[in-house]
Amino acid sequence: MITRNEILETNSMISEMNLDVRTITMGISLLDCADADIEKFNEKIYKKITTYAKDLVKVGDELAKEYGIPVVNKRISVTPIAIAAAGCKNADSYVSVAQTLDRAAREVGVNFIGGFSALVQKGYTESDKILIDSIPEALAVTERVCSSVNIGTSRNGLNMDAVKKMGEIIVETAERTKDNECIGCAKLVVFCNAVEDNPFMAGAFHGVGEADCCINVGVSGPGVVKKALEEVRGADFETLCETVKRTAFKITRVGQLIAREASKRLHVPFGIIDLSLAPTPAVGDSIAEIFQEMGLEEAGAPGTTAALALLNDNVKKGGVMASSYVGGLSGAFIPVSEDHGMIDACEKGALTLEKLEAMTCVCSVGLDMIALPGDTSAATLSGIIADEAAIGMVNNKTTAVRLIPVIGRKEGESVEFGGLLGYAPIIPVNRFSCEKFVARGGRIPAPIHSFKN
Amino acid sequence: MKKAVVTVLGLDKVGITAKVCAALAETNINILDISQTIVGGYFNMVMVVDITDAKDEFDATAEKLHAVGEEMGLEVKIQHTEIFDAMHRI
Repeated sequence: MITRNEILETNSMISEMNLDVRTITMGISLLDCADADIEKFNEKIYKKITTYAKDLVKVGDELAKEYGIPVVNKRISVTPIAIAAAGCKNADSYVSVAQTLDRAAREVGVNFIGGFSALVQKGYTESDKILIDSIPEALAVTERVCSSVNIGTSRNGLNMDAVKKMGEIIVETAERTKDNECIGCAKLVVFCNAVEDNPFMAGAFHGVGEADCCINVGVSGPGVVKKALEEVRGADFETLCETVKRTAFKITRVGQLIAREASKRLHVPFGIIDLSLAPTPAVGDSIAEIFQEMGLEEAGAPGTTAALALLNDNVKKGGVMASSYVGGLSGAFIPVSEDHGMIDACEKGALTLEKLEAMTCVCSVGLDMIALPGDTSAATLSGIIADEAAIGMVNNKTTAVRLIPVIGRKEGESVEFGGLLGYAPIIPVNRFSCEKFVARGGRIPAPIHSFKN
Repeated sequence: MKKAVVTVLGLDKVGITAKVCAALAETNINILDISQTIVGGYFNMVMVVDITDAKDEFDATAEKLHAVGEEMGLEVKIQHTEIFDAMHRI
């Protein structure tokens, strides 16, 4: 029998500590929609997505009501379009595909659809080229489409031609959406070691190794972890780690329940739970606040990387026992604009781009939602992407870059995206050039996986 | 048996239990267990109920209880018990 205290604990996590199910993401394969004619391809994908996902939002809302926990987002991820649309022989742009995805997303009522993506870690197909060239316009003319490009893996090394290209694409995307806070860049992720079952946007896509359709769920709850740590203030690291672990376990169990139930009601197999601690701009829903509770004055102070490492590791340790299938990006997200504590730390100068880069060695993803001066060059962006991808490649982890060069604005100003995407102060970038390095072209070979030092 | 948990939280006043129980009785929900305390003037009640033979849909019951709560300045929630089992039992 569940005790009264347990009931009250669960409910206070939900009502006071922002515990929620961050996203139920339906992954849909579009491989069977292939067609030589892009018009027909668009028709097929529209039909498939709107048929498969027609009840997604309804079921998400039902579950939220029945269990009394918010299910914040209902989303869709699809097969990378560069693969699914590769058969279209009469296309030189995939913008119409993005528009079709956008229309399908509106029709079923999801707020984001991910998968306008290409996997080019080792080289480009013709279709990959078309997709990448279409990204700036696609993100400018759609509202709900998210795009990602994988430019490297630990097994294949880094495709430096793609790294160079993506720097240029980010600048162009910013230019195309400059009247709207350069929002296109907030929907574009450059990955190394991208995962195929990530339910979180903007980097979600439905990998080719996945089933025809599946349900992946992302749970969240930085506020719950922070509150739990308040109870053990000043205690040693063993206690600290145990507390994170226990809390992560509880949070994940809720995600597991919702995922199982959603998959049953939608008649779709359950894929994975993503154990990520994903902050929102709300006070009490912040990773930076967890660092402060651990004893750091601000996020970015010396000790932050260690704090993040222990947080990330213990979230995983607690979470894996709570769910039968764990996947996605699982860990702690550190998006700057989506976390008010990280924003504060940037504004005070405690947190710099370089420190963020160091933190990404031990967190779940990478340089996320960081606003940079509008005159940051494409080559500099490519250099940052290369650095971040190198961290992922050498350490066998996923790293991602989602940077927003805010056209027309400079360091010290800010950018406001609104909603879950939040706002961000523009932080300085190292001004020394990497242009000649980036311009070399070719690939960086895969690293050796022995002699680990 | 299908069970749910009803929680009631807010400033204490006359008739809270009566009204909440009446709303449950109307839709044929049986109360299995009640625990209630008042701390610093705040009324805090947790009930375990049997919803197997409820006449209304779960949604409608939740709305009705919410409305009873609003009327009396309380927060009244009904949730399936699985969320608590999932979180606190292995």
